[in-house]
Amino acid sequence: MSRRGDWVYENNGGTCVAIAGADYCVVAADTRLSVGYSILTRDHSKICELADKCVLASSGFQGDIKVLHKNLAARELLYQHQHNKRMSCPAMAQLLSNTLYYKRFFPYYAFNVLGGLDSEGKGCVFTYDAVGSYERTGYSAQGTGSSLIMPVLDNQLKSPSPLLLPARDAVTPLSELEAVDLVKDVFASATERDIYTGDKLEIVVINKAGTKREYIELRKD
Amino acid sequence: MFRNQYDTDVTTWSPAGRLFQVEYAMEAVKQGSACVGLRSRTHAVLAAANKAASELSSHQRKVFRVADHAGVALAGLTADGRVLSRFLRSECINHAFVYDAPLPVSRLALRLADKAQVCTQRSWKRPYGVGLLVAGLDVSGAHLYYNCPSGNYFEYQAFAIGSRSQAAKTFLERRFEGYNDYTPDQLIKDALSAIKETLQGEKLTSSNCTVAIVGRKDDGTVEPFESIDGNRIQEIIDSMEAAEEAPAAAAAAAESSSMQEEDKGTDAAPMDI
Repeated sequence: MSRRGDWVYENNGGTCVAIAGADYCVVAADTRLSVGYSILTRDHSKICELADKCVLASSGFQGDIKVLHKNLAARELLYQHQHNKRMSCPAMAQLLSNTLYYKRFFPYYAFNVLGGLDSEGKGCVFTYDAVGSYERTGYSAQGTGSSLIMPVLDNQLKSPSPLLLPARDAVTPLSELEAVDLVKDVFASATERDIYTGDKLEIVVINKAGTKREYIELRKD
Repeated sequence: MFRNQYDTDVTTWSPAGRLFQVEYAMEAVKQGSACVGLRSRTHAVLAAANKAASELSSHQRKVFRVADHAGVALAGLTADGRVLSRFLRSECINHAFVYDAPLPVSRLALRLADKAQVCTQRSWKRPYGVGLLVAGLDVSGAHLYYNCPSGNYFEYQAFAIGSRSQAAKTFLERRFEGYNDYTPDQLIKDALSAIKETLQGEKLTSSNCTVAIVGRKDDGTVEPFESIDGNRIQEIIDSMEAAEEAPAAAAAAAESSSMQEEDKGTDAAPMDI
């Protein structure tokens, strides 16, 4: 692959997905780290628990992602000291957007999906581009497998037209177990065709009771 | 005699080789309400007597968490203390960011002392008017440091600062030699007793004191720096008072060793009714 002499980024691949439910949120990412056509490791987590109700999954350049996660975790600790409580998911969403835009002219090569519970306890998912443009949605996929996964999620989860009144919630009426099964299915599909996605799937479920983690094997080829 | 001539600014020495402004700053610490700190090999406890400006207002916060593994209790100009706490928090966060490890307590105390020293050597600054008891846990165990406005700091097994702290210091001097092996509960009780000494007759309740503890349990798990809940403090105070009254009611000889411990406490407390 020919790159400019000054190209400082590298895409380590991988896919991240998040789905918001009425009182839970599922955040999932594969654990494969690649460079070019090689695999560097099959066991690298792309998920960072920033607060007790807020989880970030990022794919892209791992050098930038590591530092972005560290930065946000340090800011969350500072927030805890100043406000005597942990950061809420919507607050972290805004902080992440500002942090990304701060480097508008030398961006973090990170494609982020933030998932968690909002202040009312409802599931929320925020999806980002590399420079901080963000939106609250009911579900999202980012990374090398996103174009394979997003249409399937649209098919299964998309709420009816926004023009319908009364306005329907973007969060899915699916139960937690159904959402986790959907995530496993979409990752299995993405793994088939995307060379950068595979090995293992890490699923984090956030609900009122706390955070649960699960690992599923994926195809290793 | 010459005090008034050489005390205008901090960069003027007196003929006797003293910096009066720095010493005046240390006086400010003595005006603040009392704080005590004590430590064992594995745990460190900080306690503060809460003072409210008036009956209508809330009391000032004197105990601050600086990191999961460390906290401070301060006496003196609380505003200066707040600013220093913020500095200490950011030092801990920055160290953890760069080294992926908690800032050792001795280095935390050193950073604070260096910051205080700067203010004793600039003509456009004044010394911080607050003394801090820094308590924390690191790989080498639990530590307690006292940082004063002069930029000096020392490690202590137990210490008390603020107004009427001499009574607490006297209490601690009699008991500190056993502290290394004390359990966390024993440390908390002694901290509360020391604070009680400084209250001089006023009744000790959970609303006029704050206690915080940090340490490592026997199984290795870390208890992060946290203020103890008011209800639990009241329970401990009540159990201490019950134990004190029992030997007074009983015959001359104390019946068990734990009662004996409380007995010594009774001897030390001048205001025991």
